[in-house]
Amino acid sequence: MALRQFGAAAAVAATLALGASPAYAVVEIQWWHAMTGGNNDIVNKLAEEFNTSQTDYKVVPSYKGSYPDTMNAGIAAFRAGTAPHIMQVFEVGTATMMSATGAIKPVYQLMKDAGEPFDPKAYLPTITGYYSTSKGDMLSFPFNSSSMVMWINKDELKKAGVAEIPKTWPEVFDAAKKLKAAGHATCGFSNAWTSWALIEQFSAWHNVPIGTKANGLDGFDTELKFNSPLHVKHLQNLMDLQKDKTYDYSGRASASEGRFGSGECAIFLTSSGYYATAKGTAKFDFTSAPMPYYPDVAGAPQNSIIGGASLWVMGGKKPEEYKGIAKFFTFLSDTNRQAKLHQESGYLPITKAAYEKSIKDGFYEKNPTLQTPLKELTNKEPTANSRGLRFGNMVQMRDVWAEQIEAALAGQKTAQQALDEAVAKGNAMLRTFEKTAK
Amino acid sequence: MEKSVVFNNRLLPYLLLVPQLIITFVFFYWPASQAVWQSFLREDAFGLNSEFVGLENYQSLFADPSYYKSMLTTLVFSSLVAALSLSIALLFATQADKNLKAAGAYKTLMIWPYAVAPAVAGVLWIFMFHPTLGTLARPLRWMNLEWNPLLNGNHAMILVVMAAVWKQISYNFLFFLAGLQSIPRSVLEAGAIDGAGPMRRFWTITFPLLSPTTFFLLVVNIVYVFFDTFGIIDAVTGGGPAGATTTMVYKVFADGRLGGDLGGSAAQSVVLMVIVIALTAVQFKYVERKVQY
Repeated sequence: MALRQFGAAAAVAATLALGASPAYAVVEIQWWHAMTGGNNDIVNKLAEEFNTSQTDYKVVPSYKGSYPDTMNAGIAAFRAGTAPHIMQVFEVGTATMMSATGAIKPVYQLMKDAGEPFDPKAYLPTITGYYSTSKGDMLSFPFNSSSMVMWINKDELKKAGVAEIPKTWPEVFDAAKKLKAAGHATCGFSNAWTSWALIEQFSAWHNVPIGTKANGLDGFDTELKFNSPLHVKHLQNLMDLQKDKTYDYSGRASASEGRFGSGECAIFLTSSGYYATAKGTAKFDFTSAPMPYYPDVAGAPQNSIIGGASLWVMGGKKPEEYKGIAKFFTFLSDTNRQAKLHQESGYLPITKAAYEKSIKDGFYEKNPTLQTPLKELTNKEPTANSRGLRFGNMVQMRDVWAEQIEAALAGQKTAQQALDEAVAKGNAMLRTFEKTAK
Repeated sequence: MEKSVVFNNRLLPYLLLVPQLIITFVFFYWPASQAVWQSFLREDAFGLNSEFVGLENYQSLFADPSYYKSMLTTLVFSSLVAALSLSIALLFATQADKNLKAAGAYKTLMIWPYAVAPAVAGVLWIFMFHPTLGTLARPLRWMNLEWNPLLNGNHAMILVVMAAVWKQISYNFLFFLAGLQSIPRSVLEAGAIDGAGPMRRFWTITFPLLSPTTFFLLVVNIVYVFFDTFGIIDAVTGGGPAGATTTMVYKVFADGRLGGDLGGSAAQSVVLMVIVIALTAVQFKYVERKVQY
């Protein structure tokens, strides 16, 4: 009986869904993405708005799992000849995607072919630089960008007697010790995204190279360099603090962000995109601050780099489908839409106009939290060490780096040994990639 | 009295075999030969350009110390999972085989976990034992027991072993129970009359008579731990920390799917296939001798 009812309900739902789609031929555009929670709603809303704004094209978003899952699903679909039109790929997949000539359609080409108005200078350079060739041709369309910030539980800091939000690493260590003494026995401070936080952002913020060739932006024949004395010193500091949990490791991805929301960790470095979740879960006064730096490093802090994802257009599709995709990208670039998207999701605005509009609206006076990543990104004119990074095999390389950091934090290796090995293993992977990406 | 069946049609026996042969070909020989072929290629993730590199993938594989480490991890992981899941299931099955009230309900509950997908099983265990989110990790912390699978490799190993064992117990239980029920009561009763206690009856009568089942399960369990557990490992530890739970099959998955290194990954799966074929052959040659059908 229950089954029959379910069947009937499903049939009704199916009829409704069919009835909702127009009877005449619309060009369907498949959009595979990896957005969950509030961000998933935003994706669906964007598609819906676009679909109702015109009648020729229909964007169909589908959730395909985590970032690596989505990327792999897209690659597998491409090999099987059923790739989606638009695929959301996280920033570290950039090198893999751009080396796949023929599998992708560069965005600048797409916009030109479709005759859509497109000015690459309208976009924020620290964001588009990540997704453009060295000549400045935009390959993929930035969608959700974020940077890393330090989230602060103001209530707990006050309770622990930390008067000011720490700015430098030594200040963070002091604050964490006070927090630990004040009852945060299991976590003084922590971070998500092991490799992004401790290697990638750390290097850019201190203007030291992750690898040669401008961190790989200028060519695939790059070599890793993050076993410098500064990197070793930082890892050693964390290892020392891990012993009594003044620093406590939180895993490679973002699953442990809940440690901030629950109040366990009062200082937590993670993506600025955590904002929407923090707003929903944290029952205390919180804010974001720029990442800490070592004051004895000349020129620090430099500028942060972005994370997040961009939209790649897959190759081998029909011209009218490309036209629809181009129209969709124009739709996404609209200043009001970008400003709204930024203010609702906490992700960065991708156009200069949207940033300026948010400033003019007085948005940051009420929400200083959301300006922190933008201030970090635009802190100084980017250098070769802080423009971004582009390494092949980056998805797996991050795991290899994190493995070594874990071994060091677990006391199995010295900081120098761990970073040397991470660099050596990473270089071997880069050479394999260089051979396949000709 | 012996009845012999004679096929007059010469084609018929082959025709009857065809469906099975097709399935074996499509689901084993075809993909296996693809893997062997791919292990000689170097290819980018999208399959846009591929190049024949001979044995280079194998050379770099055997030059990589982390591959030997994953072999060792596999050895530890598979022996623990096979031994624990077989012995616990046998214990449960012997208990369920007794005359119990509500035996049906008990048996049904025992079999349920088998219906859970490996990745889902992994997520369940994460929720219980995640150092910060886990409902069971909190009491551990109260008891001042150090529990940190994010950094401690042994803790991570315990976690994946528990998840993999839990998942496999129901399957083993089912077969053990069926095996136990097919043991003639009269033999056990005769043993009891001769004065053999329950333990002695179990080891001298039940266990030998159960040996075909045990042998079958041993083979199936080895195949299970070698091939089917990467879903659990991926969900629970992602092979970490510091590679402590990267088994050979997880490495195949990680290098191929996450790393896009299809040639290297194919070479690993060929090695894995050879190992499992060899293991199974050894089992049939030596262990099977001790089996009493």
